[in-house]
Amino acid sequence: MSSPAVPHTHAGAAAAAPAMPVAKFLATYVFSRDHKVIGLQFLFSTLLWFIVGGLLALAVRWQLAFPWQGMPIVGRLLFSAEGNQISPEFYTMLFTMHATVMIFFVIIPILAGAFGNFLIPLMIGADDMAFPTLNMLSYWVMWPAFVLMTISFFVPGGASAAGWTGYPPLSVAHGAAPASQAGQTLWVLALVFVGISSMMGSVNYMTTIIQMRAPGMTMFRLPMTIWGMFITAVLQAFALPVLTAALFMQLLDRTVRTGFFIPEGLVINNEGVAAGGGQPLLWQHLFWFYSHPAVYIMILPAMGMVSDIISCFARKPLFGYKPMVYSICGIAGLGFIVWGHHMFMSGMNPALGAMFMVSTIMIALPSAVKTFNWLATLWGGKIQFTTPMLFAMSFVSMFIIGGLSGIFMAATPIDIFIHDTYFIVAHIHYVLFGGTAFGVFGGIYFWFPKMFGRMMNEFWGKVHFLLSFIFFNGTFFTMHLLGAGGFPRRLADPYHYATFRHLLGMNQFITYCALGMGAVQIIFAINLFYSIFRGPRCGRNPWHANSLEWLAPSPPGHGNFDVQPVVYRGPYEYSSPETTEDYYPQWQPPPAGQGEASHAQAQQHA
Amino acid sequence: MNKFWCLLFLAVPVLGVAAFAWAPGAGYWLPRDISDHGWQIDHLFYFVLTLTGAVFVATELALFWFAWKYDGRTNMQPVRFTHGSHDVEVLWTLAPAATLVFIAIYQMNAWADVKMRQPDVPVLAEVTARQFEWRIRYPGADGRFDTLDDVHVVNDLHVPVDRDILITLKSQDVLHSFFLPNLRIKQDAVPGMKIPVWFRARDVGEFDLVCAELCGWGHYKMKGRLTVQSASAFQQWLAETAAAQEATQEPEVEESE
Ligand SMILES: [Cu+2]
Ligand SMILES: [Cu+2]
Repeated sequence: MSSPAVPHTHAGAAAAAPAMPVAKFLATYVFSRDHKVIGLQFLFSTLLWFIVGGLLALAVRWQLAFPWQGMPIVGRLLFSAEGNQISPEFYTMLFTMHATVMIFFVIIPILAGAFGNFLIPLMIGADDMAFPTLNMLSYWVMWPAFVLMTISFFVPGGASAAGWTGYPPLSVAHGAAPASQAGQTLWVLALVFVGISSMMGSVNYMTTIIQMRAPGMTMFRLPMTIWGMFITAVLQAFALPVLTAALFMQLLDRTVRTGFFIPEGLVINNEGVAAGGGQPLLWQHLFWFYSHPAVYIMILPAMGMVSDIISCFARKPLFGYKPMVYSICGIAGLGFIVWGHHMFMSGMNPALGAMFMVSTIMIALPSAVKTFNWLATLWGGKIQFTTPMLFAMSFVSMFIIGGLSGIFMAATPIDIFIHDTYFIVAHIHYVLFGGTAFGVFGGIYFWFPKMFGRMMNEFWGKVHFLLSFIFFNGTFFTMHLLGAGGFPRRLADPYHYATFRHLLGMNQFITYCALGMGAVQIIFAINLFYSIFRGPRCGRNPWHANSLEWLAPSPPGHGNFDVQPVVYRGPYEYSSPETTEDYYPQWQPPPAGQGEASHAQAQQHA
Repeated sequence: MNKFWCLLFLAVPVLGVAAFAWAPGAGYWLPRDISDHGWQIDHLFYFVLTLTGAVFVATELALFWFAWKYDGRTNMQPVRFTHGSHDVEVLWTLAPAATLVFIAIYQMNAWADVKMRQPDVPVLAEVTARQFEWRIRYPGADGRFDTLDDVHVVNDLHVPVDRDILITLKSQDVLHSFFLPNLRIKQDAVPGMKIPVWFRARDVGEFDLVCAELCGWGHYKMKGRLTVQSASAFQQWLAETAAAQEATQEPEVEESE
């Protein structure tokens, strides 16, 4: 995006010094080791994949609303051979790749990669990450993943179609699925690269947060965003090796027939499968040992960002900062002993299922505590209804629904009925779209001024919020009712069953809402790109916020701060009686004679 | 304009409750339950729905009300400068904790009934899932499997009404899931494992047998039928099927190879 712009703006300079630009351009914008550039690289890459993942979802919606009917325009381009209609193989690929792209190429890298990179050094008062080169690599290692996954769409048999969970034997036995050819192998390899990238980021974030905090920035003065990023990094570090090991086992099963996941005596398409002695459930245990914590990897940073936004626009300290920190830690700890709740119906020992049921129900507790604290933060404040605030409040509103619906599936007997139905689809989208994606939108509107030194348009931001909010609920709230009807996931044509035939009309309604939700993102895209170049310029601290990133210039130059910041207090001192302003930045020294203690503490850390 | 956003947040609990109030009457609800144990599951569904519904309404209303009341344009009170309250935190940690523990314990019995307390009856049928059909085998007249008089059918599961039914679930190739929506039964079929499934049907009739675990491109069409019939009708059907199979023994053997 910036490549055509640069020769243009440097046209005069280039004439004078012709040798410089290419190498310098590459070092500044492409292979940059500056955390802010890397963060923006992650941001734009993941937003591009967000479009891909969204289009895949809309194609899924088309089939569920108008099964086997020719798709207008797109159908003619993609599958004119099949009468413009989606084939069952293609449908299976669509939902597999929708989830894969959204989880591994959008949500995880946009939170940790984009916001983590951009915000961590700025918010803790560091000039960059602890390991800038490793940081650069963490972005560039995503590219093999991007490339492999893109190629997989075009290999014979198409991209992976074994579900984003990649359950064997379907994902391993070559005869089982047309797309169990190169597509699935490329899927495995791409996820390995995503894992390497995440691990590089994780090591870097942990080190940076522990080692590089500004003088006076104690752990309990960190903004919640940083706590979210920190705990996420810890989760990645402990859970990822398990996924990587499992992926290599699947790779070996696929390529050299090791049979880790293949039991004795498998017969596929009337042909025996040679390997044996393995267990399909082993994959599920390993996969969910990562992928349940991954649910928290996909929401804790957003929870942190929302906490910061809510406190800022309520002009009031975050209620219960320490309980908030402890509940994040509680979620992370419990998150490692609940993976079995994805396997209640899998054939796992039912007594073990009961154990996982108890731990899973208890993990609702820290989430409840967080919600109460957000509400109590609003209580008694002076709320400013800006676009980031609206998205942050909608995060709370939607997360309540997503959190509460989780209790249904945590309750094992209810899960018998709703497992693998649209109730689960509703739940995950309330957590990850109504929750994380709305949190991310809020974060973009909130930190955009810091990223680009300009403001986004508030009016169009609010229009984007309003329409997204309405269409989102139209799409996903209705899915709870589908789930109550037992409507199963992943069926290309559920109306085949008399039990589900009456749900067609509701599915058409959902599809119209989903199309609307997709369409209104164009407003966001236009606002984003217009504002990058034409938005009104802003100062360092347009929102009158407290945390350290607002001390740096907008956008911050290399090295971030003009002088080394010193931290005197926590990040949530809004409307403090100690000052006449309604905010009291972390870097502002207390008036002479007051706050000796905190000043002394700051010195001590220096 | 600020009040408009508050009302938008108020619409969430209002429309949410309205949707759930409207749906059952409009036919968008749990399918008819014909099983003996299903009421326990449905009861828990309603129990959790009531509980979460109450929390949903209370918290969403609080969000609306705080937004309305503490709107920075109209709220002339000074901001309540507080960092939290130990007592309140303890209260809203312990109260949900107690409720959650109660929910956890309350449902154990239903889970044990459906998945752990296997009835002491002989296996009625063996169901083997494969891409993309359900192969069903009855032990035949001698009551034993793996004998010559085993009765084979495809996608057509018959069971007698008001009896404890015990089925052995297997898979020949990939994962599948044996889902009887009207009996509130779901169990994955896993290659290499024999998993017992039991239920008791109260009403006669024909019901869908759904595959609920992705098993490949033809997953959507892996449809079976469950026929619940009186004991005598069931025996008659079994005898007729066995006789028909006897008459066409040769092709049947070929087909199953
Ligand atoms: Cu989970
Ligand atoms: Cu299936």
